[in-house]
Amino acid sequence: MTTTHPSPGSGGTGPGPGGPAVDVRGLRKSYGAKRAVDGIDLRVERGEIFAVLGPNGAGKTTTVEILEGFRHRDAGEVRVLGEDPQTAGRAWRSRLGVVLQDSRDQAELTVAELVRHFATFYPRPRDPDEVIDAVGLREKARTRTRQLSGGQRRRLDVALGIVGRPELLFLDEPTTGFDPQARRSFWALVRSLREDGTTILLTTHYLDEAAHLADRAAVVRAGRVVALDAPDRLGGPAARRPVVRWLDGGVRRSERTDSPTALVASLAARLAGPDGEVPGLEVARPTLEDVYLELIGEPAAGAGPAPAAPTRPAPTDARTPDGPRAVVPEEARP
Amino acid sequence: MTAAPTVRAPRAAALPGTGRLGVERTRAELRAFFRERDAVIFIFTYPLIMLAIFATVFDGQDQGTGDYSVPFAQYFLPGMIATGVMLTSFQSLAISIAVERDDGSLKRLRATPLPAAAYFYGKVGLVLATSVVQTALLLALAAVVYDVPMPWDMPDAAGRLATFAWVFVLGCAAGAVCGVAFSSLPRSGRSATAVITPVVLVLQFISGVFFAFFALPTWMQTVASVFPLKWMAQGMRSVFLPEQAAALEPSGSWQHGATAAVLVAWLVVGLVVGARTFRWRRRDDG
Repeated sequence: MTTTHPSPGSGGTGPGPGGPAVDVRGLRKSYGAKRAVDGIDLRVERGEIFAVLGPNGAGKTTTVEILEGFRHRDAGEVRVLGEDPQTAGRAWRSRLGVVLQDSRDQAELTVAELVRHFATFYPRPRDPDEVIDAVGLREKARTRTRQLSGGQRRRLDVALGIVGRPELLFLDEPTTGFDPQARRSFWALVRSLREDGTTILLTTHYLDEAAHLADRAAVVRAGRVVALDAPDRLGGPAARRPVVRWLDGGVRRSERTDSPTALVASLAARLAGPDGEVPGLEVARPTLEDVYLELIGEPAAGAGPAPAAPTRPAPTDARTPDGPRAVVPEEARP
Repeated sequence: MTAAPTVRAPRAAALPGTGRLGVERTRAELRAFFRERDAVIFIFTYPLIMLAIFATVFDGQDQGTGDYSVPFAQYFLPGMIATGVMLTSFQSLAISIAVERDDGSLKRLRATPLPAAAYFYGKVGLVLATSVVQTALLLALAAVVYDVPMPWDMPDAAGRLATFAWVFVLGCAAGAVCGVAFSSLPRSGRSATAVITPVVLVLQFISGVFFAFFALPTWMQTVASVFPLKWMAQGMRSVFLPEQAAALEPSGSWQHGATAAVLVAWLVVGLVVGARTFRWRRRDDG
């Protein structure tokens, strides 16, 4: 619905570098009577960071675990790096990186031991020490996993996910439980991976995460994609129509309009006091959160957009390689 | 290890071989195992303590009939060796795999190109290494403290060691595959110990480990004959007891053929059930 498939006949093989990293059409999966995924279409292009946004239980993890080959679908077409995850083998797995939702395993080995061990599984692994540096765990390299903090643990998960030099990295709710500082540096790490040419599919229920990282985001609700666009364009122009609020004889009024300037001008002509001001005037643009809440059907959405929403930095502007440095520079994919 | 950074290596770079990965897994398994101090101590010292307690309490009470008997420690050692093998193979794998399934280790490995076979080779390596250490400790304790004669000092040393080798290897193998199969039974990692320990304990009591097998009621002997521990213990007795002690067995002989048959049968059953029931994810995980 929201994606376009220019050549419907090509959906067979062809993992060539030109094809999309992920191509999903009509995906369905039920658990008993519950339709966890109810007809999802997605297309993730090579080299992009794609976010799947949605509340808990919307079907994000089910979808991603089908793409990772953990679950079997009931219906639909799925191609991940050109192959069907249900039948793909080791060679396909060696091109993927998977960071699962929660992890408390492998407690007795140290960070360095684990990263080195996992590197042996892959045909062309990254240098384990460089990976440990890249995720900022150099000081913890000789620490046993069970002694790591939550944020460090998550960084180790990412290290294990990228040590095989994946073309496509899945991050399932990677920053849940992070403090703001840890989240910022984690974002920088994810962006540096993309600069190395890694395609990233990220699920999250944090809007700011999608806004900061994603080139495009799909909002999933009750197993369906309800919007798909760049985070700052989600929901289309109508969802971002500004709201003008003012006081008319002490009564609060508001109006959504595409021409706020004209409205303000007419209000000024009609209601301005001796000082030339319209009482209680404010013009607000719905925040991403307002748009998102409206998309997932939360009634709070239209009620009160935050005043004077600051325009968020477009995600494409936020790719400065601050924070951890790039792992191993590679030529960017076309 | 890494290719030159700016040049993209051909996609066809070969996947690492399963054998090499099996060695890597064995190394990781052993490293993790020996770091878990409590488990190491429990698994290794339990048979040692049991041997020490029983051999001390029943010191001087020879096991046998009026016609023939052997010193208690000598009769008891083979059963403890069999028990030790069951602990390091069956119990250790059943619990550790249940825990690894529960905590997500298995799922994480499943997301990598690691072949399933290499994971199991790692478990086999762990079982073999820990079983060898376990048995060596038991032999050392029995020989040094309780003066139990070792098979290499007894008549037909070569035959005894050969018997020891095949009973040990078959016992480890059957125990390991049954442990893999059994690991799917506990619903969570936390319940694994509670589910598996009673099975192990009951088998020990009815299989002639804590009590002389010939002294058990016939029906108990019959029940025990279905399970591998009784046969492992009997096979080990044929290694550590004098030839005349075969007369103490209910059948009057060591029954090597039956021992091999039962152990192989459990090996096959464990393989089939294990292969059919093995899961990489928790039951509640879709």
